[in-house]
Amino acid sequence: MSGKKHITMTVNGEAQEFLAEPRELLIHTLRERLNITGPHIGCETSHCGACTVTLDGKSVKSCTVFVAQADGADITTIEGLGNPDSLHVLQEAFKEHHGLQCGFCTPGMITRASKLLEENPSPTEEEVRFGMAGNICRCTGYQNIVKSILAAATEMNAAKEAAE
Amino acid sequence: MIPAAFEYHRPKDLEGVLSVLVEHGDDARVLAGGHSLIPMMKLRMADVEHLIDLQDVAGMSGIAVDGGSVRIGAMTTQNDIITSDALAGAAPIMHEAALQIADPQVRYMGTVGGNVANGDPGNDMPGLMQCLDATFTLVGPDGERTVAAREFYEAAYMTDRDDAEVLTAVSFAAQAGGYAYEKQKRKIGDYATAAAAVLLTKEGGVCTSASIAMTNLSDTPIWSEAAGAALAGTSVDDAAISAAVGAMLGDIDPTEDNRGPIEFKRHAASVVLGRAIARAWSRA
Repeated sequence: MSGKKHITMTVNGEAQEFLAEPRELLIHTLRERLNITGPHIGCETSHCGACTVTLDGKSVKSCTVFVAQADGADITTIEGLGNPDSLHVLQEAFKEHHGLQCGFCTPGMITRASKLLEENPSPTEEEVRFGMAGNICRCTGYQNIVKSILAAATEMNAAKEAAE
Repeated sequence: MIPAAFEYHRPKDLEGVLSVLVEHGDDARVLAGGHSLIPMMKLRMADVEHLIDLQDVAGMSGIAVDGGSVRIGAMTTQNDIITSDALAGAAPIMHEAALQIADPQVRYMGTVGGNVANGDPGNDMPGLMQCLDATFTLVGPDGERTVAAREFYEAAYMTDRDDAEVLTAVSFAAQAGGYAYEKQKRKIGDYATAAAAVLLTKEGGVCTSASIAMTNLSDTPIWSEAAGAALAGTSVDDAAISAAVGAMLGDIDPTEDNRGPIEFKRHAASVVLGRAIARAWSRA
């Protein structure tokens, strides 16, 4: 019934262009088409947030966006935040404060946390917990995730102050 | 997880939306934030052959506060509601309620229009709109009309909206007096076990008017006129609150599900309404 659509998007700064069925979910586009396999799939009811990416400045669950909706979008995934040789402050903090175990929720957690800290650079513990409530973790019990994010916030604020 | 195939439309204006709706009738649906519709499509519970994405349609989003009236475009997201200072001033109950809906990611995408047009009794905005006595603007092939939120909901997923109409905005008078949205839920992101929206005004220690609506306690939101009337003219003491709760219990009709049996939901409804009235009164 439905033909393929011509889609363009920018993912982690790189322009992408391809033909896709409109019904393709953005998470599948990222993982299967573009081999960006950091974002994960943990559910089919839009609860877990393992697929979280930043799309045009918003934290979104990429399992609940059709690729056709993301035509023209600018997307950042965990791969765009840092890499093993040059970790993002949040990646370093999650490592330092044991904010992950199996690592399956981590890409979504860190991508979401990066947006949270952009909007609220000095959150309270309660604000971190509420601001991360769209991301489920089975391993950590959240405590160390909160510590990691608060530590990253402190680090980022100190760096900002030093730069001024 | 895998939705069925569909034809995708992304019109730039309402005429484009309506032409697809008129041509395909039942087989076409509008896509707003997608955070109720896409989950249903992934479970193959919604069968949509033509999906009309509203994201490029001009004039469908934004919050306009003009004197005493508020108009919110249907495509305005929950996150836009939370971050709007103008709306927080004119209708702080919207801010309070939106923070109790879903989670951050869903609030970046989910829209006020989708929330009120969806027709799921679990949605929070419908009861809130009834409490505020909002009107919904619907545009169809025959032009524009408005419907009171209190007249809009017929049954679960059944509303007064015609298949060929699009809900384009919600409007209401800026609230006065005290307010509260009190929601009992099992966890973040859950629909309410019971929730209550309360607006009331106070003069010289007496409640001069009250509006009360309940969420997810019937197959539609419930505006309980009798509960509001039970508070008006009182000093909102324990007896008046009991009378309002009793009146509300006469209007709701909950069903049993994972959130609990009927008697528990009636109990939860009583508790949330009592708390909402107390908080609204303290703010009045």
